[in-house]
Amino acid sequence: MAQIFHRSTNFISRFSVFSAIFLIGLALVAVLAVARSPYMTRQNISREQPVQFSHKHHVGDDGIDCRYCHTSVETSAVAGIPPTKTCMNCHSVLFNTAPYLEPIRESYRSDKSIEWVKVHRLADFAYFNHSIHVNKGVGCTTCHGQVDQMPLVFQANTLLMQWCIDCHRNPEPSLRPMDKVFAMDWKPGPDQEELGMQFAVERRIRTTAELTSCSTCHR
Amino acid sequence: MTNTSRFLTSLCSAAVLFLSGGCRYLKQDMANQPKNRPLSPSDFFDDGRSERPLVKNTVARGSIADDELFVPKDSNNFPLPVNRELLERGEERYKIFCTPCHGLQGDGNGMIAIRGMKHPPTFHQDRLRQAPNGYFYDNITNGFGAMYGYSAQIPPRDRWAIIAYVRALQLSRNAKVADLPASLRGRLEPLGIAGDIPGGATPGQVGSIKKEASGAKKE
Repeated sequence: MAQIFHRSTNFISRFSVFSAIFLIGLALVAVLAVARSPYMTRQNISREQPVQFSHKHHVGDDGIDCRYCHTSVETSAVAGIPPTKTCMNCHSVLFNTAPYLEPIRESYRSDKSIEWVKVHRLADFAYFNHSIHVNKGVGCTTCHGQVDQMPLVFQANTLLMQWCIDCHRNPEPSLRPMDKVFAMDWKPGPDQEELGMQFAVERRIRTTAELTSCSTCHR
Repeated sequence: MTNTSRFLTSLCSAAVLFLSGGCRYLKQDMANQPKNRPLSPSDFFDDGRSERPLVKNTVARGSIADDELFVPKDSNNFPLPVNRELLERGEERYKIFCTPCHGLQGDGNGMIAIRGMKHPPTFHQDRLRQAPNGYFYDNITNGFGAMYGYSAQIPPRDRWAIIAYVRALQLSRNAKVADLPASLRGRLEPLGIAGDIPGGATPGQVGSIKKEASGAKKE
């Protein structure tokens, strides 16, 4: 009795098995790549806000310090979104008839919060604390990017755990002189390696083992 | 079917029904826990805030200690020891909260004033040089004219630090050579600046004195 399959089908069967393995591998890589892409992390994507508040104008052009509005950044886990009254400190006089700012005035009159859209959203199982980072000399722009050049704020970094851990393993390059923490234009100088080591000792930055321990961020 | 197995079946289906109630949260993952984070919206309270405003006529825990720092409007008391640390804190806080309008020199020419906000009066006028400390404290706390109160942003201790720094700014425009410690006076005398500069030294004069002084040192 003659063979049902010709010899050449051996190749086809082998090819299909190997390509199936290859395709499964490729699919896995694709899933991981998508999870790290701006599509999922929302990196570099500006968010529409109820009022198109420009950090570029207020920080970059007017030179207002971060802490004028984000008052609790040095003392608490959250930097804080300012109450509408902070807007009105200036805008009760400046642009006080501009239709653009009507939602601000409406909020001030009616005592209803403006519902700003959250840009930097961490998972609920990550316990991030602003004050410890700021008080140990990690500056705003290290994580938030050049906010003074953002007409609408976007997330400058991935906020993936990998990104957090990169710095927790090696914090020295991000440690600034204490008077430069809120500076928008700080760049590490040629002596940063040496300075970073010195700051880490002075400010008693914890060991890599402690900084990368699970319960440092997940409690 | 025996009674026992019928009982077990109904028990199992009841358990499945009961447990599947929890599945609502399964799809949210642990990243979206049913809890409030700071400033997150809430559908529990009528005003949509999870952050609860202070109930009227109540005092926040811990804030009673600030009573010691309260000084009446017409009193010239200063409730804290004035030292370098307080002045440096005051300088930092002044630059965050006051410079936008009052300017770095306290002359009322801050960036926001230049942009069209009402120019605040300069601190370097006799009325404000002679105003009691309590007057400044009251104005920071409750506001004055176009300026809203800053009690929410600046805690009482920092308000006093700012007042100390404003006093230092006032002195800087009105200092006499005789007020300097002997070591610094000795450096001015070779330059022929022994007497008082009428009306206080202007920043320009101070700059040229500094320049001459550094030039004299080199020689």
